[in-house]
Amino acid sequence: MENNWTQEVRKRKLIEKIFLGTVLSGTLIAIVPLVLVLGYVFIKGFSALDFNFFTQLPAPVGEPGGGMGNAIVGTFIIVGLSCLVGLPIGIFGGIWLALYGQGKRGFFIRYAADVLSSIPSIVIGIFAYVLLVATLKHFSALAGGFALGVIMIPTVTRTTEELVKMVPRTLYEAGLALGIPEWKVILKIVFRTAWAGIFTGIMLSVARIMGETAPLLFTAFNSMYWNFRIDEPMASMTVQIYNYAISPFADWNAKAWAGSLTLVMIVLGITIVVRKFSRRVSYG
Amino acid sequence: MDRVIEKVKKEEKMVIERSKMSVENLSAWFGDKQALFNINIELFENKVTAIIGPSGCGKSTFIRNLNRLHETISGAKVSGKVYLDGRDIFDHNCCDVVTLRRRVGMVFQKPTPFPTMTIYENVAAGIKLYGKKPKGKLDQIVEQILKQAALWDEVKDVLYKPGPSLSGGQQQRLCIARALAIEPEVILLDEPCSALDPISTAKIEELIHKLKQNYTIIIVTHNMQQAARVADYTAFFLLGEMIEFEVTSKIFTAPQDKRTEDYVTGRFG
Amino acid sequence: MLLLLLLLLLLIKSSLGFKTFGFGFFFSSAWDPLHDVFGALPFIYGTIMSSLIALLIALPLGLSCSIYLAEISHSKFKEHIATMIDLLAAIPSVVYGLWGIFVLAPALGGPSLLTGGVILSIMLLPTITAISREVIQAVPHNLRESALALGATKWETFKLAVFGPALSGIVGAVILGLGRALGETMAVTMVIGNRPAISPSLFAPAYTLASVIANEFAEATSEVNLSVLVELGLILLVITVIVNGIARILVWKTTGHKK
Repeated sequence: MENNWTQEVRKRKLIEKIFLGTVLSGTLIAIVPLVLVLGYVFIKGFSALDFNFFTQLPAPVGEPGGGMGNAIVGTFIIVGLSCLVGLPIGIFGGIWLALYGQGKRGFFIRYAADVLSSIPSIVIGIFAYVLLVATLKHFSALAGGFALGVIMIPTVTRTTEELVKMVPRTLYEAGLALGIPEWKVILKIVFRTAWAGIFTGIMLSVARIMGETAPLLFTAFNSMYWNFRIDEPMASMTVQIYNYAISPFADWNAKAWAGSLTLVMIVLGITIVVRKFSRRVSYG
Repeated sequence: MDRVIEKVKKEEKMVIERSKMSVENLSAWFGDKQALFNINIELFENKVTAIIGPSGCGKSTFIRNLNRLHETISGAKVSGKVYLDGRDIFDHNCCDVVTLRRRVGMVFQKPTPFPTMTIYENVAAGIKLYGKKPKGKLDQIVEQILKQAALWDEVKDVLYKPGPSLSGGQQQRLCIARALAIEPEVILLDEPCSALDPISTAKIEELIHKLKQNYTIIIVTHNMQQAARVADYTAFFLLGEMIEFEVTSKIFTAPQDKRTEDYVTGRFG
Repeated sequence: MLLLLLLLLLLIKSSLGFKTFGFGFFFSSAWDPLHDVFGALPFIYGTIMSSLIALLIALPLGLSCSIYLAEISHSKFKEHIATMIDLLAAIPSVVYGLWGIFVLAPALGGPSLLTGGVILSIMLLPTITAISREVIQAVPHNLRESALALGATKWETFKLAVFGPALSGIVGAVILGLGRALGETMAVTMVIGNRPAISPSLFAPAYTLASVIANEFAEATSEVNLSVLVELGLILLVITVIVNGIARILVWKTTGHKK
């Protein structure tokens, strides 16, 4: 009996060890791709990166030098445009949902935001194409910015709603009780209290849309030249990386790595800084 | 004459009472914060020992060391010795934690039936850990255990309903049944009635009375009347230290320590 | 409003394609832009297959990570691992694609359904890990302690007290991952080979709904062609919205709050 017992326990402990081993190795395997992807991007990217990369226009095949200056600027312009589209709608939507969104209408809007956030970005791209490219008859940075802006909306709405809800309702009521107009209370008291957190959410979603390629392919399209007009095609880092990556030319491939490094640095940089910042906020 | 008989009785008592677990210089920490300071106590076989004291005094931490559950919390540390039938439970050579926890069962403050299991499965869960049994035999054991936990009559028709469908008091007795099912020798009860109504509480106290014939019971409670009702011995804890340990009636009628007196007379905390 | 506008526009734009090819569109595997003959089957097949392969790989790994993070590790190291896996989600899709073209595809014998599935699985890992972790952590701690107090080992504790309550949420996490995989475009487009054919081999090139839209939309030659691509987009939208809907319900039910 006693012997049986220890044997049984030993068997159970062995199964536990197998379980722990499986879980641990699974976790380690999951980290491998991150190391590999980032490793390649850093090594290949650094060897192809130089100062000209940030300032010059793309060079034709075979010519040395050249860069992605226009695409880097383009990405920032397009992201700026998308903020103009996405932030007002997202922030106002979120505030509205937090303060007045208890009823049926609130439920419906929240549901719509959920559906919107689950639509693949390329389908949003089609939407922007149909709305702004097909009607205006040419590709434009505006259409690209619009597509990315639509992608931002559900995230920004959700973050804003959650953070505004965390502002104690008594604060809102106290403001109203002082006779301050409602819009002023919302703007000066509620929104300001929640601002730090909302900003974090916005930056994270900016980092996300900055890496979007699919919706830009047939909205902002691409350009080999400096362009600051938003009603014309505009280059972006992601589309440029894509075009260079699928090209058969080695020096363009190298440029794709350099572009990836730049993009990854910006995106990961934003993500990491914002995470650190937000952690401090939540503990402080 | 009377006096003599009383004395004999007392001596008999001394003979019968055998220490089941004994604790020596037990200290415990959460990270850098020390929660228990040099606890020394004897827990007697087939007796109920109550641990009382204001919240945050280390009562729960203390009993969670008796089945080594304390160590599962991250950052938790422990020092000192706890003997179960004379063998140190922290000594890896003699006892492994699985065997220890089979011998020392525990019931928690909130009823915790496994939510996705039926009543039957909840009782059987522990039994199955310790070897497969044929269905007929298992049925028999489950019935017997539920009877022991005074729950059988109430649940015999709903055995295959989910555990959480029972009332709070029934859930707690189900948890006691689950703990009994693995045939422990010691049962730790961590404020088992604090989430229950008075009627359920009375049922559980009755159950404790019945169970002590076969088990050694340690109950943590913040309810002094409860300690007075169910316990043979009572220990008073304050700020992680054990202030006093005595026969229950003595703790409540003639406490030695001023702090104990303040607490049991309600002048404190 | 915006959502309705979106649906309406897509419906209008795709109506031409739908009128031309009707329901046969879903079951035809023809794809010839030169002669304006189109069928959606190879793309639907490619999309579903690549996503399933991705799930098959990402599920055990993601589950391992979430169990490790939620149940097992108490070390400081743990938060670093969690951050690293989250960072996987921050890397742009096109960068995965680039890496896929030059590192992964050569290692797996060229662009293929399998390569597409593997790259997708990497991209799904953070989603599945993060949500499973949250769901597992939402299981009340006292259930674990009850199992431990019965003398259960870590494995038995997980089996008895955690897995049951967390199961529907984990399924939700997986389906949510599926939703992401179905709609993922760039990385897959770059490594799946882009051939509109149904082949039983995992090593053969394939094509997905999102990829064909990405590749051909800007160069669509005829009205019908464009309309058909919009219709593909609509199919994709309907599938992902349904899949996500199911997933959300499952996750909410376990964590008890809206995420």
